[in-house]
Amino acid sequence: MTIRTSTEKQPVSRRNFLGLTAGFAAVATIAACSKDDNDMPSSGSGIDLGSGDVGILNYAYALEQLEAAFYKQVIDTPYSGITASEKALLTDIRDHELAHREFFKKALGNKAIPGLEVNFSSIQFNDRASVLGTAKAFEDLGVSAYNGAGKLIMSPDYLLLAGKIVSVEARHAAYIRDLISNGSFADNTVLDANGLEISKSPTEVLMAASSFLKSKINASNLPTS
Amino acid sequence: MNLNHIITEIENNDPEFLQKVDTRRESIKSFNRFVGKVTLAALPLALGGLFKKANGQSTSGILDVLNYALTLEYLEAAFYQKGNAVADSLIPTAAARQAIGTIGAHETAHVNFLKTAITASGGTPVTSPTFDFTAGGTFADVFTNYNTFLAVAQTFEDTGVRAYKGQAGALISNNDVLTAALNIHSVEARHASHIRQMRKAAGFGDVKPWITGKESGIGAVVQASYNGEEITNQAGIEIVNIGGFPISANAASESFDEPLTMMEVLNIVKPFIK
Repeated sequence: MTIRTSTEKQPVSRRNFLGLTAGFAAVATIAACSKDDNDMPSSGSGIDLGSGDVGILNYAYALEQLEAAFYKQVIDTPYSGITASEKALLTDIRDHELAHREFFKKALGNKAIPGLEVNFSSIQFNDRASVLGTAKAFEDLGVSAYNGAGKLIMSPDYLLLAGKIVSVEARHAAYIRDLISNGSFADNTVLDANGLEISKSPTEVLMAASSFLKSKINASNLPTS
Repeated sequence: MNLNHIITEIENNDPEFLQKVDTRRESIKSFNRFVGKVTLAALPLALGGLFKKANGQSTSGILDVLNYALTLEYLEAAFYQKGNAVADSLIPTAAARQAIGTIGAHETAHVNFLKTAITASGGTPVTSPTFDFTAGGTFADVFTNYNTFLAVAQTFEDTGVRAYKGQAGALISNNDVLTAALNIHSVEARHASHIRQMRKAAGFGDVKPWITGKESGIGAVVQASYNGEEITNQAGIEIVNIGGFPISANAASESFDEPLTMMEVLNIVKPFIK
């Protein structure tokens, strides 16, 4: 399945939104060059997420593309035995991920990475356990990704936007987990002993996501601190 | 997280901290002028201090934010402790008792974590206020009526999510503290999601795991915790029907949670503090 993006003219409000980034990106590019990129994939091939805040927004855009494509398929071909309540709430989640994906696409404008090609060959969409197990993996991964990316964001505005999205992903994660096993909404596979969520770096997240993507992602220009 | 690192980070990143506190003294003076000393005097010392600091939020120091977070975690932890103490009579099923036990344990862990972090950063953790979970009688049966208990729990969790979100920008200069706060923020959202499912399952409110519009499924009494959640425009981008996809206003509002300022949150929790 391929998600296509189109280039389109940016309305003024959107340009304002990225106005901060334009100036910032120029600085961040230089800064990124001097940074130690040792824990990033060394390969320079694949779709370049970019650097600075644009890179982080593209990173989020990539993950939202993956989630949106997954839930689209879940709703287009519902698993056998799906209940009305499950169908309704999974449709909600599809719409939320779609909204997130389209938000990043518009916000990034001509700096957005292209549509990613996904690989869902390991998922049995007619099987509840397969679908919910994948959904759980995606949602937990998304939360840990946003949490881990927060410190890499320079703009308070983008940080807040990431915060607005991550709590919704956490709500999804808890719901999906409870569908699989009621009461597992925040268990010790995602929380540490202090009751804090375990966050993940872009490298860890993209490694986990790579088996669901035909497109190769190049995160080597992302900020690392 | 390396706590020693936090100390260094605060020293390195916030050398103007003391200066900021001085600046805030000016805002406290004007705050007292406008709000009046009587209101503040009626509040317990710790909360009064937070109110004053909230007025100068633009220069809030990291320790102030951590003590604010600690105060909210005290509230939640004490709430679930009291609920768990009467769980046999209050909470009808074993699964629900276990869930409330789990959530309560997380909140207590958050309290301990924040106290340790504040101390290790050279600060002094605020002491816990004394709480009145009936909020002066508004929720008189909070520990005898399961419906009321879950309504207060949902409000606390949803408010907590908004409270942490509202402080992210104030922590941007400190990677460790920001990451810790984010890692608590998402756990509160997981709690909120589960409590909402519990309310729905018990037939107490037609709520989803996420917040639709500014609906609480509870009533006007908690509306301040939900106002502002209904927005559908993010950073100048309209989310309804974005990209030509049929995204409803409900879905658009659900897909982004909104922050609350320190002042808004403190006003929400004030009735719960003796």
